[in-house]
Parts: sequence; structure tokens; C-alpha cells
Amino acid sequence: MSKPIRPNAYRRSILSLTRRSARGLALLALAGLLSGCNLVVMNPAGDVAVQQRNLIIASTALMLLVILPVIALTFLFAWRYRASNPDATYDPDFHHSTQLEVVIWTVPLLIIIALGAMTWIGTHTLDPFRPLTRIAPNKPVPPDMKHLTVEVVALDWKWLFIYPEYGVASVNEMAAPVDVPISFRITSSSVWNTFYVPAMAGMIYAMPAMETKLHGVMNEEGDFTGQSAHYSGSGFSRMNFGFRSLSQQGFDEWVAKVKSAGAALDREAYLKLEKPSEEVPVQYYATVDNGLFDAVVGLCVTPGQMCVGEMHHIDRTGGAAEESEANRVRLDYDNRRLESGDEPSGATFPASGRPPQGSVQPQGAIPRDQHLGRGGVNAPETQPDQGQGNALPGAEKGPAPAQLNTQPTEGHPH
Amino acid sequence: MFSNLDLQQLIFGRLSLEAIPYHEPILLVTFAVVALGGAALLGAITWYGKWGYLWREWFTSVDHKKIGIMYIVLAIVMLLRGFADAVMMITQKALSVGVNEGYLPPHHYDQIFSAHGMIMIFFMAMPFVTGMMNYVMPLQIGARDVAFPFLNNFSFWMTAGGAVLTMMSLFVGEFSRATWLGFAPLSGAAYSPGVGVDYYIWGLQIAGVGTTLSGINLIATIVKMRAPGMTMMKLPVFCWTTLASNAIIVTIFPVLTATLALLSLDRYVGTHFFTNDYGGNAMMYMNLIWIWGHPEVYVLILPAFGIFSEVTSTFCSKRLFGYTSMVYATMVIALVSWLVWLHHFFTMGAGPTVNSFFAIASMIISIPTGAKVFNWLFTMYRGKIRFETPFIWVVGFIPTFVIGGLTGVLLAVPPVDFVVHNSLFLVAHFHNVIIGGVVFGLLAGVQYWFPKAFGYKLDPFWGKASFWCWLIGFWTVFLPLYILGLMGVTRRTQHFEDPSVQPFLTVAAFGVFIIMAGILAFLIQLFVSYLRREKLRDLTGDPWDGRTLEWATSSPPPPYNFAFTPVVHDLDAWWDMKKRGYDHPLEGFRPIHMPKNTGAGVVLAGLSTVLGFALVWYIWWLAALSFVALIAAAIIHTFNYNRDYYIPAEEVVRIEGRRMAQLAGRA
Repeated sequence: MSKPIRPNAYRRSILSLTRRSARGLALLALAGLLSGCNLVVMNPAGDVAVQQRNLIIASTALMLLVILPVIALTFLFAWRYRASNPDATYDPDFHHSTQLEVVIWTVPLLIIIALGAMTWIGTHTLDPFRPLTRIAPNKPVPPDMKHLTVEVVALDWKWLFIYPEYGVASVNEMAAPVDVPISFRITSSSVWNTFYVPAMAGMIYAMPAMETKLHGVMNEEGDFTGQSAHYSGSGFSRMNFGFRSLSQQGFDEWVAKVKSAGAALDREAYLKLEKPSEEVPVQYYATVDNGLFDAVVGLCVTPGQMCVGEMHHIDRTGGAAEESEANRVRLDYDNRRLESGDEPSGATFPASGRPPQGSVQPQGAIPRDQHLGRGGVNAPETQPDQGQGNALPGAEKGPAPAQLNTQPTEGHPH
Repeated sequence: MFSNLDLQQLIFGRLSLEAIPYHEPILLVTFAVVALGGAALLGAITWYGKWGYLWREWFTSVDHKKIGIMYIVLAIVMLLRGFADAVMMITQKALSVGVNEGYLPPHHYDQIFSAHGMIMIFFMAMPFVTGMMNYVMPLQIGARDVAFPFLNNFSFWMTAGGAVLTMMSLFVGEFSRATWLGFAPLSGAAYSPGVGVDYYIWGLQIAGVGTTLSGINLIATIVKMRAPGMTMMKLPVFCWTTLASNAIIVTIFPVLTATLALLSLDRYVGTHFFTNDYGGNAMMYMNLIWIWGHPEVYVLILPAFGIFSEVTSTFCSKRLFGYTSMVYATMVIALVSWLVWLHHFFTMGAGPTVNSFFAIASMIISIPTGAKVFNWLFTMYRGKIRFETPFIWVVGFIPTFVIGGLTGVLLAVPPVDFVVHNSLFLVAHFHNVIIGGVVFGLLAGVQYWFPKAFGYKLDPFWGKASFWCWLIGFWTVFLPLYILGLMGVTRRTQHFEDPSVQPFLTVAAFGVFIIMAGILAFLIQLFVSYLRREKLRDLTGDPWDGRTLEWATSSPPPPYNFAFTPVVHDLDAWWDMKKRGYDHPLEGFRPIHMPKNTGAGVVLAGLSTVLGFALVWYIWWLAALSFVALIAAAIIHTFNYNRDYYIPAEEVVRIEGRRMAQLAGRA
């Protein structure tokens, strides 16, 4: 005996069908929107970033075990126990249940125990300071394989990459062969940044007078981008660099190209490069001054400066007694911007020398109209740092006095 | 030696006419609007002769209810400022892609994001939360005022003074570009010379005094002034969260004060605590500022949890499920909140064991938080839910907040944090919990307690319109930001090279305007409700069939709150009293001892603000003068013995008689 088809059931199935197709359409639209962009964090090219991505997925799935029921129950209870529903039970004295309380505390606890275990293991295996043990899943690093060392200096506002094994350096572009572990030594010249290549591995702070480490590997060839994620002043937004992941042969060619570029990165060239500038084109250096990176970490690239490590050594051995004042002068570092007249990264009125909140570009930033061949809001009406034209009549031209306490006194050695 | 003395510098320090951005159209228009609005407001007050009234009844008031309302008014005004910053940031981001530069050059944009964060936390969320606690907590524990009424008034004016100094940076000089936490070494004298960071420091230091003192005050009130019979385990949950929140305040704000003091020493006298050279250590700044900064978010969220607990239980007509576990959950969250600050900088390079410790400590917070969410759920279970305006915020809050919790725990996993730290994913996460948790809670609180404060309900239509705009707007802004974070887009960027980010930023910018509609709907709601106040009037003092003691008195409550201090027998004291057939006492009234108003708070805070301004601009004579005046005013105030008075018994009889007549007239 066949059941008669109830018209309601039919309508309901149509309804559910349209609802389902609407949901499908929404998903499709979302997928379409997402395919237009590159979710690099979810689709990386390096083994470390892949493991980090896997952790995102696993943790999210684990937490959804409790989040989804909570969301569903919220709507269910809110609907079911609405005051206008005569069928719902009303029990004003239901305010305690030991069994329920045990469940309430145990479920999140269990999830956090599982997640905590994953975190402990993941944090230790993916510690950025730890040299890599594998290149890809089931592909351990061969014991005789040489790691590529890259020394990274975050400058105002560009990136310097030094390849000590090759004696070359580049600005705003780095390259590495695929499937070779890379050891980064990272520091910064003035304020903090983070070194971040989303496709390769997570980020780590680049800090002046300090060195951090990062280990990563690229498993795919291609051109990727890197950036800073920690705000560092006017040029921060444009502090991007290209990361070229090449075959071993391509990498050798890249090194040869850099070598043939000719320029030398000696200390003088570094000090010039270190001054604030923005949107610097890619530059190559065929030779690099020995120990430049360590001098940057020691804040002692300028001739005559004392390295931080040297002072530490003097302090450990009991101090320098009467030579201390001479040493003190040789350790002065942060004030170099103010002393040389370059605008510091975060300067504000009156030390910036620009009218407050005006549209004149800070010094060090490339005027965009020159760069892109068009006028923009940032086109300076006057030359930056030359007296602004809209100063009051009779006002002093040139940069206004900086912090009074940081006015240079006479005769610093640099 | 005096031949090269610069007279102008001696008198005005760094200040000159150039400090005023009269050449900048955005600022000029803002200034014109503020000036016209301000002039209209001042003119109206003068025209209606309300100055005396405002001074006597509000500015000098030590009544916790009036101070609470003033805190919330300050918060709403600062919300508008912080929100204007948000609109400028997101529109700049959406426009500034590829060859397009947008309309805000970097050094202006940087000030805007620094100001947005600092203002929203210190001068929007904090005063809002403090205002709620100030208004509601003494009523809930059956007290007549807080423990130190003058201190309360002083605290409010210090907060307002800090806000005034911060706002001043808009029109005189510039604000800090060194982010909302003033990260060293960028915020040091060498990298951020100029007045920006000094405005930031002194704005916070002045407001910080107010916050710390108000924390002490509210703790003392809860500990010492509960109605007879109200043991700690009969304390309403909102009071528990207030206690936890203020306990955190008094332990963390001294850290902030000390950190900023060290930073000012670096900037003013040339010490090297946080510099790169001379052995300074910026990592120490990072640690110190987050030792304040992390617990701070629990200062904000715990009272919001308290509000949701009160609202849920009232509108479900049911006692809160799992009161005891709610209390313990609150205290565990407060305790663990002190132990997790390092998760803000896993990427600074601490070892894996240190990172794991702080990661797991952060995850542990989600256990009591999860328990709280389940407790709200089971309060709804077998309840009789009335979907009045305050309650719909709860239904919007739970799903939004748990998703914010999910992304938060995700960020607490160090290897995950390495890829999304300082990205727009992080930005979306903390807005998810601060808007979805704190702001939703505070707005629910306004809808819930407004009739108590003003005697009439808020218009439900505009309230619901505001809710939907906030909820939809929130997700329209922050869902794209989550996606952008997974695209590796970092925060605080003023320009993008990659055109594929623009659609998402455009959607987010659109969402900000939906939130703006939500804020407008809220303001319209206030206005419309005022016009329709006779229709919305509540004479019972208990419009929601409430459960806690604040609903036992009239709306608005008399200056003394309760003619007789209530005696408490049960949790949900007022519900219990109603159940046992409570009768309002009709006789036996006695004179009531009350604190007297004083202008000392306004004077002290005013002098502090002048001192702050003088220090920002290096006007040393004015700094010295205002400092001496500040000390003198404080000493003079201690000789003021005329601090209290009695409300005569006849006056109490008259007020209570009128209330009885209202109740009878209604019945």
C-alpha cells in the first residue's frame, strides 16, 4: 500500500531544496570570492608554514566540537523557551545540577588538555630557533646537507639580506634554493620590526642590538612576498620585499647576477643605506664588509663606535673607571637621527619640522608623484624639511627644535 | 649668560601658533564642528541659566548615581571620537590600494590608529564600565553610596581630565604615532621626538590616577557596605564581577603608571630604560606594558559578563543557573589573567617552554569562560524568556563571543600565532571579543538599567534597530578582516600593493557604516524615548520584574537609595522579598546621614590637566605653578570639615509618601 503524498510534505521538500541550494550558492559565492584571493597562510609553500597551517585546522576542528553545539543550543533554547510558547516547561527553581556542572567544566577541560598537548609538542618542534630536522613530511634533512645562512637587517624602511657564505648582499629581494633549509639571523637597525614570509614560516621580531633566529625551508619554486608586521614608522606600509624561491641552478645564477652587480657594501655604504628611505628598488652588492652583521647587532658600524659586547665585557671585568666617560660617548647610538638631521621614525610636531597633521610627506619617504608619475595627496607643496611655507612670517626656517634634552652637545665623535 | 635667553621659549616652551593645524582641511572642519557644537551647547546652558544647576547637582556631586551617569556620558562622547577614527582608518585602507594613495598620509594615519586604540580602551570602554559599576553596584548591595564619595567624584574628573588632554592633541600639536601601547624603542625620545608621545603619557597618567582610586573605592564598598544578611555568596553576580574587575585594576594600574613613568624619564631626563643603546631593554617595556595590558581586557569583559548574567536571569524569569560555579569561574579568570601576558609576544623569541607555559595558561582561561557560557545557556533552559531589548543582546552575544573565543584560543597556540600575529586576523579577534563581548554587554546594560536611572524605558523599536545594525555591521566588518589576516595582511598598514585585498576592505568599510547606523539608532533611541517619556514611564521602580535590590527602590532612586537598609535572606534578594509579600515601610523614618557635594575634585583634576599640558609643551613655569597649586589645593581640601549633612526625616517622609502614592495610583 503506497502512502498518499501529502501536499505539505512536497512543499516542505521544495522549501528545503531551495534552502539547500541557497546555502550552496552562498558557499559557492564565498568560495569564488576566496579563490580570487590568495589565502597564503592556509596554502603556504614551505614545510614549516604547512605544519603551522595544519595546527590551525586541527585546533579549529577540536574547538568546533564544543563551539557548534553551544551556538545551536543558544538558538534552540532561546526559541523553545520563549515566553509565548505554551508547550515549554517553566521551572524557575532549576538553578543547580551537579551532573550538569560536572559536564560543563569537564568538556572544555578535556578539549584544553588535548589542545594543550598539541601546543606543547607543536611549540617545541616548530620553535623558530631550532634547526630544521626535516625538509618535507617524511623527508628528513640529510646529515651532510649544508644549510643556507641569511643575515637579515630590518632598516628604515627596507630589508637588507646578507649571504655570508657567498659574500653578497641584496636589498628588498632575497632568493633561496628550494628544499634547502635556511637559517636566518635577524636584527634591526633602529626600531622593532618582524621578519615575515607568510609562505615560508611564521614571523619573528627583528630587534636592534639583539639577534633572533628563524629556520625555514621552501618546497615550491616561485615568487613570494615578505613584509614587516610590527609597526615601525612612516615607511612601514611599504616595507615589502620579494622572496624568490628558485631551483639550485636558478639560485646559483641569481648569486652570479648579484656578484656581477659590482657595488660593494662596506661600512660607509651601509651607513648611507641605513638612513630612512622608502620604496627602495632592489639593489645588489657584490661584496660585503666582513663582520658587518655582527657590527649592526653591536650598534657599532660607525667608525669609532664601541660595540655593545665590548662594553659588556668591560663591565664584567669590573668596569673602566676613569675611561668610562670616553666609553659613554662611544656608545651613543639612538640619537644619530636627530644629530644628522634625518627625521626619526615616529617624530611628531614640533620635532618633525612639519606642520601638524599636514599633508606634507615625512622626510625619507619618496614623493609618490615622482615615483608613479602622477600627483597625489602627498605631493609636497614645498620641499620637505626646508621650512614649510605655511610657517608664520618671521618663524625660523628649517626643522624646529627637537626634544630639548636630546639636543646634540658639541663634539660627538661621529 | 642671559643674553641668549629665548623669551618665547621661556614663556611658551615648545608651543607656538604653528602647533594649530589651521591649514589642514580635515582638522579645520572637525574643529569647526566641535567649536560650533560646543558653542551651541554652552550657549544653551547659559540661555536656560543651567550653569548653577549643573555645578551644584552634577559637577560637584558625590552621589554615585550621578557620577555613574557622567562616566557613561563621557564614554559615549569618546565613543564618537574613537569611531570617527575607525571610519577614517577603514576608508583609507579601502581606498589606498595600488597606485591610489587614499587621503591620509602615513604620519597622519599613524596618529589615527594610535588614538583609536587608546581612546576606545581608556576613554570609551573604561569609563563605560566604571560608570555601570558605579551606578549599579551600590544599589545592588543595598548601600546609600560608595565607601569614599568624594574620591569617586575626584576619580571621575581625573578620567575626564585625561580625556580632555588627549582630545587637545587633535587641535594643538599632534598625537602619538607609536601605537596605542607606545611600544619602545619607537616611543623613546630618539625615535619619537615631539609632543605626540608626551600627550599619550600624560593623558594616561592623569586618567590612571582616577581609575586606580575608583578601583580602591569600589572594592571597599563591596567589602564593607553590603546590606545586612548579604553574605559574599549572596552577592549578585554583577557585584562579584565588579569586585574581580577592580581587584585587577588596583594590581595592574600601578604597573602601567610605573612603566609610563620610566618611559617619561627616558624622554624627559635622558635615562635609558627602554632605549637600544646604553643597556636599555625594550623587551622589558613589552613585558611591563602587557603585564598591565592583558589583565586590562579582563577588567573590561568581567563586568560585561556580570551584566549578561543579570539580564539573562531577569528575562528568563529564573534564578541564574550555577551561581556558585559562576562565582568561582569569575575569580579563576581574574587569577589566571595575571599569568598570560606573554602570549602578546610569542614572536619575541622566548624559548618553547616559556611560550608553552603562557600558551597553556591562556587556554586555561577558556575553561571557566566556557563554563560561564554553559551557565547562561542553562539559565535559558526551562525559563520563560521575554525578548525585551536588553535580552536580544544576549542572544547576539553568545554566538559572536564564542567565535571570538575560538580565534583567541587559536592565537594562543604559539606556532599558529607565528603566522597570524599582528595580522588583521588578530585585529578581527580582539574586536570580536571587545565589541561582541564588552560593547554588546554595556549596550545591553544601558537598555536594562536606563529605566532605573531615568524613570522611563527606552523605545524598543530603535533599540532593536540599533542591535541589528551593530550585529550585522560587526560581522560585515570583521569577517573580511579574518580572511585578510589569512592572506597574510598585517595590521597598521596605510597602503596596500596587492589589489586582491581591495574587495574585502571595501566590504569592511561598508560594514563600518552599518555600525554607524547602529550608533545613530542608539542616539535616536535616547532622543525618541525622551520625547515619549510619559508613554514609556515606569512608576513601579521594577519594570522588568527584576530580581536584585536595585529594583526595590523607586526609579530614579532617591538620593539616599533606600529609606531603610534592606535585610537580605537569599540570593536575588528583591525576588525573594516579592515572593514573601514585602510591604514598603510607611513610618518610622529617621534623618539620613549623607555626604556633601564638593568642588575639590573638579579643581584638582583641572589643575592636573593644566600640569599635563605644561609638561607636554615644556612650559616649565606653568608646570611648577600648577604642581604647587595642586598640592596646595589638596592640602586645603583636607581642612574642609563641612563634609556631611542630614536629610531631615520630614523630607524622607515626603519622598517616600510620594512614591507610595505613585504605587497606589498604579495599583
